[in-house]
Amino acid sequence: MLDVRDIHKTFNPGTVNEKCALDGVDLHLDPGDFVTVIGGNGAGKSTILNAIAGTWFVDSGTISLDGTDVTRLAEHKRAAFIGRVFQDPMNGTAASMQIEENLALAARRGSPRTLRRGITAEERDEFRDKLKILELGLEDRMTAKVGLLSGGQRQALTLLMATLKKPRILLLDEHTAALDPKTAAKVLDATERIVQKDKLTTLMITHNMRDAIAHGNRLIMMQEGRIIYDVSGEEKKHLQVKDLLDIFDF
Amino acid sequence: MNIINLLTAFPGAIAQGLIWGIMAIGVFITYKLLDLADLTVDGTMCTGGAVCIMLMLGGHSVWFSLTMAFLAGMIAGFVTGFLHTFLGIPAILAGILTQLGLYSINLRIMDNKANQAINVDKYDLLVSLRYIKNVPVYRNTILVVAVIIVILIAILYWFFGTEIGSAIRATGSNPNMSRAQGINTDITKILGLMISNGIVAFSSGLYAQYQGFADINAGRGAIVIGLAAVIIAQVLFGKIERNFALSLAFVAVGGVIYYLVLQVVLWLGLNANDLKLVSAIIVAIFLAIPHLGSKRKGGSSNA
Repeated sequence: MLDVRDIHKTFNPGTVNEKCALDGVDLHLDPGDFVTVIGGNGAGKSTILNAIAGTWFVDSGTISLDGTDVTRLAEHKRAAFIGRVFQDPMNGTAASMQIEENLALAARRGSPRTLRRGITAEERDEFRDKLKILELGLEDRMTAKVGLLSGGQRQALTLLMATLKKPRILLLDEHTAALDPKTAAKVLDATERIVQKDKLTTLMITHNMRDAIAHGNRLIMMQEGRIIYDVSGEEKKHLQVKDLLDIFDF
Repeated sequence: MNIINLLTAFPGAIAQGLIWGIMAIGVFITYKLLDLADLTVDGTMCTGGAVCIMLMLGGHSVWFSLTMAFLAGMIAGFVTGFLHTFLGIPAILAGILTQLGLYSINLRIMDNKANQAINVDKYDLLVSLRYIKNVPVYRNTILVVAVIIVILIAILYWFFGTEIGSAIRATGSNPNMSRAQGINTDITKILGLMISNGIVAFSSGLYAQYQGFADINAGRGAIVIGLAAVIIAQVLFGKIERNFALSLAFVAVGGVIYYLVLQVVLWLGLNANDLKLVSAIIVAIFLAIPHLGSKRKGGSSNA
């Protein structure tokens, strides 16, 4: 599925702000893997997600999806295979456009955009059904501008957009971190439901160790641009927060 | 200070305002939809007229000449878009560069003359300041331009509802999200700039006919007038719940209001040489209103 081989990335090379963000990361995901990623600030968690998404190109190493080398594929082209939800709720949606327009944009991810209608009647029905899954009542507000929604509603919508066209991999970058605990739990519930239903291969960064343990079949910990801990299966099920804190080097 | 003088000047001001309203619709596309301040228009607001008048003087029909003016504007928009996206030059600077380069190109188009006149009696013009009064209704410039605006708005309403049009709107709203949804934001920005400058050049072609000449200085400060119309529309009609087509119509009305205000200021006895200063002040005031208004209410401005 996802194959990351020995990738390196240094920001601002040759300046006082030089920062080695990825220092030789290898990561292999099997189809259907739900991997949670933890680590301190600056450990390289978001960097690895951005490397996979193609926000910029890595300095060395390769990234492939289902056997296709995407290392040098532009971000918008890679988007055909990748669903993303960002940490900042403002980032994943177009605020000045309607809920249904945002979904329609997502429905065309990976297809050429032409002079056909930007949204069709059948799509509206489909979107209404999908919005019901979120249990936020958004199905009754489909023509409302997304800018009017709360952060939690926007994150849930972004999640739906990221998975509307089944992605080969779903990248979640601390997508509940900016939400209040109650909303965060709701969005995380929706995430679990959608990932299970479509058997999505998922990489989820979280600051919350309890969430990292409770979700997914595998957990990795990053530090200083490397993966320092990788646990899955039975072993992960019996993991405690205390165990993680012991490894975590504060 | 005879009020009759002012009233007799109004039809002309309305006609000019509507022509500049078309230009303002072009500015609206970059400034509001794409979230770019595109200064190319100061150049294209001359290019369109130059192309249109020279072609008509060369014996081509008015519609062919206007179409070519539109295409010339699109090319200028492409150049700015290319400089901005593929060469990474900030949008404002890219626009200024294109605009500066256009000055030389415009002179060449106009056969190295600063002014090229076209005789309304010899050529079949679509609009003219002579077609305001004492002409059949269907030839009346105000009506002709109004019809063109309605058609233009209908086309734009359709286009920005298509997949490509939606992608352009999404790019202006949130470029990160757009790329994550597989949109090539370089291409959408270039497309938006091309359409915007095409419309501006088309309006320039009409304006040159209206005045009866193409002039090398026709575009000076055009962006300010275009922005004025956009912002007047926002300030006056911002509260009204509206769809995209209505927003565009309000922008055109904004152009008319701008010219009416200008006419009143002139009537009050202002020197015509001071017009640019007055324009700048009017625009500064209208730009400041949303900001000051939100400050008073304690909210943040998104104008």
